[in-house]
Amino acid sequence: MATRGIALVAATSLLGATLVACGGGDGGGGGKSTTLTYWASNQAPTPQLDEKALAPVLKEFKQQTGITVNLQVIGWPDLQNHIDTAVSSGKGPDIVNIGNTWSASYQATGAFLPFDSAAAGKIGGMGKFVPTTQKAIGAPGKTPTSVPLYGLAYGLFYNKKLFKEAKIAGPPKTWTEFVADAKKLTDPAKKVWGVGLEGGSYTEGVHHAFILGEQNGATLFNGTKPDFTSAQEIKGVKQYVDLMSTDKVANPSDAQNADGTKSPANFAQGKAAMLLWQGNAATNIAQAGMKPSEYGVAPYPQTAGGKNVGTFVAGINMSVFKNTKNQAGALKFVKFMTDPKTQATLNTKFGTLPVNTKAAKDPAFNTPQLQMFINELATRAQPLPQIPEEGIFETTVGNAVKKLIADAAQGKPVGDAQIRSALTAAQQKMEAGG
Amino acid sequence: MAAVTRESPGTADTAPPVPRRAPLMTRLRRIGLPYLLCVPAIVLELLVHVVPMLAGVVMSFYHLTRLYLRNWQNAPFAGLSNYKVSLQLDNAVGQSLLASFARSIAFTVLSVGFAWLLGFGASVVLQGKVRGRGFWRTLFLFPYALPLYASVFTWTFMFQRDNGLINQLLVHDLHLFTPDKAPFWLLGGNSFYALVITEIWQKWPFAFLMLMAGMQNIPGDLFEAASIDGAGVGMQIRKIVMPMLRPVNVVVILVLFLWTFNDFNTPYLLFGFGSVPDQADLLSIHIYSSTFQNQNFGLGSAQSVLLLLFLLVVTAVYLMVTRRRRDAV
Repeated sequence: MATRGIALVAATSLLGATLVACGGGDGGGGGKSTTLTYWASNQAPTPQLDEKALAPVLKEFKQQTGITVNLQVIGWPDLQNHIDTAVSSGKGPDIVNIGNTWSASYQATGAFLPFDSAAAGKIGGMGKFVPTTQKAIGAPGKTPTSVPLYGLAYGLFYNKKLFKEAKIAGPPKTWTEFVADAKKLTDPAKKVWGVGLEGGSYTEGVHHAFILGEQNGATLFNGTKPDFTSAQEIKGVKQYVDLMSTDKVANPSDAQNADGTKSPANFAQGKAAMLLWQGNAATNIAQAGMKPSEYGVAPYPQTAGGKNVGTFVAGINMSVFKNTKNQAGALKFVKFMTDPKTQATLNTKFGTLPVNTKAAKDPAFNTPQLQMFINELATRAQPLPQIPEEGIFETTVGNAVKKLIADAAQGKPVGDAQIRSALTAAQQKMEAGG
Repeated sequence: MAAVTRESPGTADTAPPVPRRAPLMTRLRRIGLPYLLCVPAIVLELLVHVVPMLAGVVMSFYHLTRLYLRNWQNAPFAGLSNYKVSLQLDNAVGQSLLASFARSIAFTVLSVGFAWLLGFGASVVLQGKVRGRGFWRTLFLFPYALPLYASVFTWTFMFQRDNGLINQLLVHDLHLFTPDKAPFWLLGGNSFYALVITEIWQKWPFAFLMLMAGMQNIPGDLFEAASIDGAGVGMQIRKIVMPMLRPVNVVVILVLFLWTFNDFNTPYLLFGFGSVPDQADLLSIHIYSSTFQNQNFGLGSAQSVLLLLFLLVVTAVYLMVTRRRRDAV
């Protein structure tokens, strides 16, 4: 019994082992030149809706080229593990979607096809992409191994009815106005709060820490050396955490929201008057029952006297596995997916932004809301650090912010000293590589 | 063998087999067959448990990150540096690993302790002539029969701050807290207790099941004799039940300890897919984050090996101590 117990323990504790133990082999999916395997990320509310949205597009691709695309939609929590397994085993799809912040990390693995001038030529040239989106396709100065597919940008969502009731004329432009408006809108007795936060989500935490840090002039990395504890970064993080601690404009219970759906739902139900979120929140808000006419969108509020940044270059990229047996077909597919027509079809379905400059002019995107986000992505977007260890940056800094929000929710003091110590611990973990 | 066949091709196959094969089969049948029948199990055990374990040990000596996933043979040799980082206590990595180790021990002691107590208590009570015994037994085994996901999600809903069942009771029915001071259960210090409660709820039916089975093997006339001699319930438990249950207890506690110490699913699910607060960051979750969220497979393996060593030591010491006591008895 004991030895079996030990073996069981050992096997479960060494989760990672199997990942590497099954290495070797060189087969890519889609061995024939008439098929391609495509791992798509989950953009619609459910993977089934993704399949439904992509089906007509893939059918059209088959009519044009004769190539059948085997589609597999993979949820975000599994996507990196799936890709990592494909990279280590050499057995995987031909084409894959990645979060664009992972670009440099996957570029460094050497498992993906570089878009050098020859490959770029086959997909219609890199010039067709919106310039800011090209900042998030890999480490600067190295040949990128991914190209933009869907664009995203942060913005401010606000409830028109609640604004009218509080006699606020229009959306706030500066951070000071944003906090002042949020205070006017907050009424805990009526269960209405100025702003909804996804406090338990480390990704939301790191995004706001980055945007507000940038606004205050922080530089998180000198080359690849982390510098998380600058006065500017601390000030940025404090602005965000203050929403819950000193400004008291966010429901302390928001510190529990972790899965990326709770605060959009609260916003849709009128429990939070404002929401700082990426543009695709529109699909979640609609699903929770709020009509697009009931809310407005505006740029992410700007810190006075700071650097003009309102979002990071967010979005989804597309990569081709180097060992694909159908490279020509894969590149045809990448070209097809990033051409103006497909871009217009898919981005309108997913609530994302076109990455093709020509597609951005399509009448499909001619609404004030989408134009606002398109403009933010084009003019106020900075890329997250394009370094191979970007994932560790997100978890360490994001978890530090998550912890600070949790402390604030429980009424513990969160000042410069606490923020500095949380960011120092994050930096030590970053330096140790995890 | 090869040399023999080359010198006399044909003869090696045709001449000797008949007389040689018969005794071999008999011998096999006599002593080897049980072992032969074990071979598939042993091979599978090696493949499923031992090989990945060894691979993990090897990985722990390499700087294996995502960068080297494709050519993992080329990952730079790290020597003991993954272990050094994990055990360096003046650094956030070492400190948080040690803290989560201590947390896992506290979590395990509390969970196993209460699970055993509850299981023992319930089986003692249901050992006597209680009305509706079958009903209670079935009811108590319920948590054990439920799928883990369903039961943990139910607890997650119950622990919500604004609309969870626990706070509904404490805040709105009993008025122990004002609504704006409603306690958090899924973050901060309380999250640890929320996790312990969920764990006990899940694990105690196992203790109950095993101990109940053990108790049914104790002959009833022992109790009769004891009560004739004037022994009360307490005395009967101490002098009859505990010694007779010893072998069952040894196994139950060890198995519960190993399961609980390594439990990954409960904390991972309870706090919403890995968004585990620091106060509930158990070793299993900690290693998962190092390995998969930070894609540092070498460091994660080193931490797993440390965990494995600790559990081996605990198990060995536990078995030695319990065996010696049994010999002494």
